Amino acid sequence: MAIRLLGLLLFVFSSVTMAAAKIDHWQTPQGSRVYYVRTEGLPMVDIQVSFDAGAARDGQQFGVAALTAALLDTGAGQWNADAIAQRFESVGALFDVSASTDMVTLSLRTLTDKALFDKSLETMQTILTKPRFNAADFKREKNRTLAALKQQEESPAAVGGIAFSKVLYGSHPYGHQTAGDMKTVAALKEADLKRFYQNYYVAANAIVVIVGDIPKEQAEQTALLLVKDLPTGKKPDALPDVVIPTQATQQHIEFPSTQTHVLVGLPVTYRKDPDYYNLYVGNHILGGSGLVSKLFDEVREKRGLAYSASSSMSPMLKPGPFTVGLQTRNDQTQQALEVLNKTLSDFVTQGPTEAELTAAKKNIIGGFAMRFDTNKKLANYVGMIGFYEMPLDYLDTFQKKVEETTVATISDAFKRRVNLNALQTVTVGKTAEKSAK
Amino acid sequence: MNKRLLSYLLLCLPVVANSEASKVSEHILKNGLKVLVKEDHRSPVVVSQVWYKVGSSYEPNGITGISHMLEHMMFKGTDKHPAGEFSKIIAENGGDENAFTGQDYTAYFQTMAADKLAVSFELEADRMRGLHLLPDELKKELEVVTEERRMRTDDKPQAKLAESFNAVAYTSSPYKHPVIGWPSDIANYKVEDLQAWYQQWYAPNNATLVVVGDVQTQAVFDLAEKYFAELKTSDIKPLKPQPDMEQLGVRRITVKAPAKMPVMVMGYKVPSLKTAQSEDEAYALEVLAGVLDGGNSARLSTDLVRGKQLAVSAGANYDLIGRLDGLFELESTPVEGKSVADLEAALKAEVTRLQQTLISDEELQRIKAQVLASDVYEKDSNFYQAMQLGSLETVNLPWQKADEYVANINKVTAEQVRDVAKKYLIEDHLTVGYLDPQAIKPTTSNAKGAK
Repeated sequence: MAIRLLGLLLFVFSSVTMAAAKIDHWQTPQGSRVYYVRTEGLPMVDIQVSFDAGAARDGQQFGVAALTAALLDTGAGQWNADAIAQRFESVGALFDVSASTDMVTLSLRTLTDKALFDKSLETMQTILTKPRFNAADFKREKNRTLAALKQQEESPAAVGGIAFSKVLYGSHPYGHQTAGDMKTVAALKEADLKRFYQNYYVAANAIVVIVGDIPKEQAEQTALLLVKDLPTGKKPDALPDVVIPTQATQQHIEFPSTQTHVLVGLPVTYRKDPDYYNLYVGNHILGGSGLVSKLFDEVREKRGLAYSASSSMSPMLKPGPFTVGLQTRNDQTQQALEVLNKTLSDFVTQGPTEAELTAAKKNIIGGFAMRFDTNKKLANYVGMIGFYEMPLDYLDTFQKKVEETTVATISDAFKRRVNLNALQTVTVGKTAEKSAK
Repeated sequence: MNKRLLSYLLLCLPVVANSEASKVSEHILKNGLKVLVKEDHRSPVVVSQVWYKVGSSYEPNGITGISHMLEHMMFKGTDKHPAGEFSKIIAENGGDENAFTGQDYTAYFQTMAADKLAVSFELEADRMRGLHLLPDELKKELEVVTEERRMRTDDKPQAKLAESFNAVAYTSSPYKHPVIGWPSDIANYKVEDLQAWYQQWYAPNNATLVVVGDVQTQAVFDLAEKYFAELKTSDIKPLKPQPDMEQLGVRRITVKAPAKMPVMVMGYKVPSLKTAQSEDEAYALEVLAGVLDGGNSARLSTDLVRGKQLAVSAGANYDLIGRLDGLFELESTPVEGKSVADLEAALKAEVTRLQQTLISDEELQRIKAQVLASDVYEKDSNFYQAMQLGSLETVNLPWQKADEYVANINKVTAEQVRDVAKKYLIEDHLTVGYLDPQAIKPTTSNAKGAK
């Protein structure tokens, strides 16, 4: 009875589609791309400046991109780290610099009141255009990075993640973690950071995202102010292509943990991939939809083998990792791995059922508004659209693209793109316990 | 110059914040279910949360973690909906959902398109009184929770330290046992234990329903009446007080675990907003946490990470909202070449400074500016707003405290901060924990043909 009622509601509302936010886009005279959305209701704004200057640009100096990013707010213009922090925090602003594989992003969240806004914007602009890279700050931040890298080695999840990237990508720029490794970070010099900054923090390589309650003229002035003192420079060359593995490998790392962490996958999809929506919806059904995915059902609901079992399909500039993972008690690793592999291979060879696809579409389309229901989430979407040069109507066409996928197109995409004979498997845990039970 | 800007900020911001603030409305059903609604029409979405007043601090020895176990079992079926169907229906309606358990609460939430609120209410009302606890489902879910414990605690050295630390810092307070439960207790739950726990605590008169989003308040109240009004009440007996025994001297604990870096944690016994003799003290402790760890310009980053360069990282934490007295915690990892003892001395010096010297006007103004700004930023998230209301209600503090928070922080003086430092951050009420790293030697093998 209740279920029938729910079905009726679905029918009534499923034809409603939401208009997404309107994105304004322009370029500054030096070629920085600007993306702006006016949101109203709260006197605040999120501002992001991103560069194609993530770990993929490290070259052989793994970690140089992340350490460059970490140094930015430790000294700039006439201010040291204490003064910079005080300038932001005295007006309640939040500032952060983060590096990932593809990009580095400086983000500021501030109130729109003029005095507060101006002070935080001036600080951000100085950090962006006049970082000092002081010797003392460099030494301290390098030591903190080395300490964090060392601490990571106590986490089986982190150890597994590092090994997994390496086996998927080998010597490709995606093959190392963003923070670098102990050896390469230890070898970095201040001059390396300065050079990296000069090469990549240039106007032609910058995108500016402004989402919040400021009028367009102010957004234009803000974007201009942020990047006007950067040299024009040029965009970096395209990253090398990823060589997708053609043979399966399996690697085990012995580790004194009670659980074994299991990772299986391949490099698969990129942002402008024509197969993207089929891979996205398919992965949602396989392991991307939390408590209702096939993997969750097979591994946890039916067998109680793990707390978390999921898959992810990360689209990047070049094919990002397709990762299927779980963690299980050491002595049942083999069983869990078999269930994982069977679930994956059944999905690739048979595709989803009509019912699964219908349920997934209802979830994705019905929950569409929740993808950008906060200023922060919207700013992140706009940033993604800007950085990867996706169409400005990306959000407007998203639901239609999902709706257009079929059992046949998803099956076809998975068969072509996920080669079951080339899966890379990494396990991290303790094998000794196997004989115990 | 700097000062003028700050006073301007203080004068103008509350006005801005108030003009934007939407009101919370309250309605109590005849069966005792309290419904709180806050309208936010910026996006066509809604979050719905059901908060039960039960968590790990309600649990007697032998069944620690049972609130968390029950949270897992709440997805395992009712008369109307078999196991797994709850999640499928929410998903097919475009929703996100999950649940979480703490020391003082167990809460369930769905985030959905605003026009789907009835779906969430129907399902939550159904499982409030109609849960089926089946032995086969429990057997599997016990394994899941055991895996969760391994992942969250057993294989994380810092989590192991935290668990042992709480067990030593508290004597008679039920805050001493972990939310997820001790392993032997988890292994021995019976269906009857869960059934009794469910019957005792899951009832409309022990729950708060919080809704924040693009809704009309009266329509939500009507919907709540429709789905929840028929549910039967439970006889909720008052909890035994269980205050912690007064601590009579510093306590120290070492945890040896496979790890790479030492970590140290210090905790002083402090009251919460609920237990403080005067609420001013709790707000002063909140400001004190901000002085030490309210951003990159706060003392721990400025003095320990950058200035003396003793710590790779350092943090302070105070939980304003708790049913019982809690801990004011300081946590830190030393840089290479420094020891946890060096850090302990440095952190104690920070405490002494707080006791002897008034915090500067600049520090106080900075914290107040941050609190004012956060109050605006937090309104960006329906979920966070609902969390604040729900967590206050579950410790029997009125939800109005959320609205009064900014004003109460604004009233805190430098003298009050010094006074709470002197009164509560005292050696005899301190527990210190060290993580003593034991060797890890990862070895790699290519096991192509391995079984």
